[in-house]
Amino acid sequence: MIPAVIVFCYLAIVLYIGIFAFRRSGPAARGQAEDYFLAGRALGPMVFLLSLFGTNMTAFTILGSAGHAFSNGIVTFGLMASSSALVIPLTLFFVGTRMWALGKRHGFMTPVQMFRDRWECGHIGTVIFALQAAMLVPYIIIGVMGGGAALRAISGGVVPYWLGGAVVALVVMSYVFFGGMRGTAWVNTFQTVLFLSFGAVALVVIARGMGGFPAAMESLLDAPATAPLLSRERISPAFFFSYTFIPLSTIAFPHITIFCLTARRVAQFKRTVIFYPLCILAIWLPCVFLGVAANAMTGAPRIQQKLEARQQLASAPASMEADERAALRRQAAGDDVVPIMLQQYAPLWLAGILGAGIMAAVMASDSQILALSTMFTEDVFAYYGGKARFGEAVQVQTGRIFVVILTVFAYLVALRAPQSIFDLAVQYAFSGYASLSVLLLAALFWKRSTKWGALAVALWTAFAVMYTARVPGALAWFGLMPVVPMTVISAALMALVSALTRPPSAATLARYRS
Amino acid sequence: MRTLLLTLAILALYAAHQDIWFWRSARPLVFGFLPVGLAYHALYCIAAAGLMWVLTRVAWPAHLDEGSRR
Repeated sequence: MIPAVIVFCYLAIVLYIGIFAFRRSGPAARGQAEDYFLAGRALGPMVFLLSLFGTNMTAFTILGSAGHAFSNGIVTFGLMASSSALVIPLTLFFVGTRMWALGKRHGFMTPVQMFRDRWECGHIGTVIFALQAAMLVPYIIIGVMGGGAALRAISGGVVPYWLGGAVVALVVMSYVFFGGMRGTAWVNTFQTVLFLSFGAVALVVIARGMGGFPAAMESLLDAPATAPLLSRERISPAFFFSYTFIPLSTIAFPHITIFCLTARRVAQFKRTVIFYPLCILAIWLPCVFLGVAANAMTGAPRIQQKLEARQQLASAPASMEADERAALRRQAAGDDVVPIMLQQYAPLWLAGILGAGIMAAVMASDSQILALSTMFTEDVFAYYGGKARFGEAVQVQTGRIFVVILTVFAYLVALRAPQSIFDLAVQYAFSGYASLSVLLLAALFWKRSTKWGALAVALWTAFAVMYTARVPGALAWFGLMPVVPMTVISAALMALVSALTRPPSAATLARYRS
Repeated sequence: MRTLLLTLAILALYAAHQDIWFWRSARPLVFGFLPVGLAYHALYCIAAAGLMWVLTRVAWPAHLDEGSRR
């Protein structure tokens, strides 16, 4: 129960931070949309770096990456971490800074506002909004599900799933409701500090418990079944290369693009782009390494069961029933190896603090809830006349009401629907957002791009996400992952359709010269 | 010239991600426990930070700060 008490204390701190952020913005600023949705475009350098990184770190970073490494080995780091270490800072450098400048110059608060202005369009912007929102909602639902499951696991089953999900949803909803972007950024900063401590402390404690990592690695190399986990011989180079396209999705996620607008000065991106790869290294390396090292814990019964299930899967006949195969896959999955290692080697109080670190990762859906609320109030409510008719204060209240409705909706869905559906949706959304990154690149760097090119990209992305989700193996050409053809075809469509249609007026293009 | 060199540096680092030379080997274990493929990609992250430092020093879009004042 001690770990659960520590986690509840953590939730209380997070709640306090959100409410403190509400008090921090004075009564005059509280009714202003820029203050609530963008923290007045005035975040400082450290909060900007740590919060941007925290916003991008989800439950997958700590639990999923270790689980993936447990099953697939060290390749996990190259697939997901080091590719992001180069591509994400580059996109922040080239796209994020320009988005920031345009936001400051023209008052944009969402990417769709920029697209509408840049390409002189209205309803095409609404289509892009709908697509972005549809691909973002599964993340929010996954966050609530992860919260319920994590609290149940940390409390040893004392807190049931429905109550854990409700507590996490309520806490996230409260600090987003009151604190807006400022509260969310401060909470994310606090969470990132926890992430960073989590990796380092967990690594040291577990290394000591296992009797040192060199012995563990040697034992893995000695066994034919586990030796391939320490190299990449089971993965094809084409598949590995495909993963370098996935981080393009980051800058296209609305919560990241919107976050780029919160910096006080463009100089704040400097420290962020330099330290981002190092933050990735500090968090992903321990998680991936621990996931691989867990294979050496043959003395732990729960790890042993996973290894046996993996062996059964490897030697299973082709005639094995699909249900039986799925059950073995679930049993062999390693998403809980880090908590198992902590239970085995960490003292109770430390397991509680580290449990709070896991909760921090699970609760990353806050910025997505806020982004969706910002998009709804700016791209729909304000655009279709709500702001002009009812005023800015009502717009902010609408955003807050939207936060409540969205969180309650996510909680109700999380109670009823199986998680696997949303896991899949999130997986396909990464490819979808990578494909949508073409919109940002074309808007910022290609004068000749047009609204019809943008519409072609949006429609193609929607079709490709649905098609690859329904037809296994679709668009996986030449051993590449679907994200590569999706992004390349998006770029080709933007070029072709734009070349055939009328560009925006010279007056508009002049405003985008940088 | 500077733009060309920076573009080449970015492309070179992007290409270096595809390290086929360590594809099938786990040894040597760096520091006695880190498989060489994993150590390479850890170093890759540090190289990415270095490249970003260079970009911020020589290609920083400082004009955006000026142009953004409403």
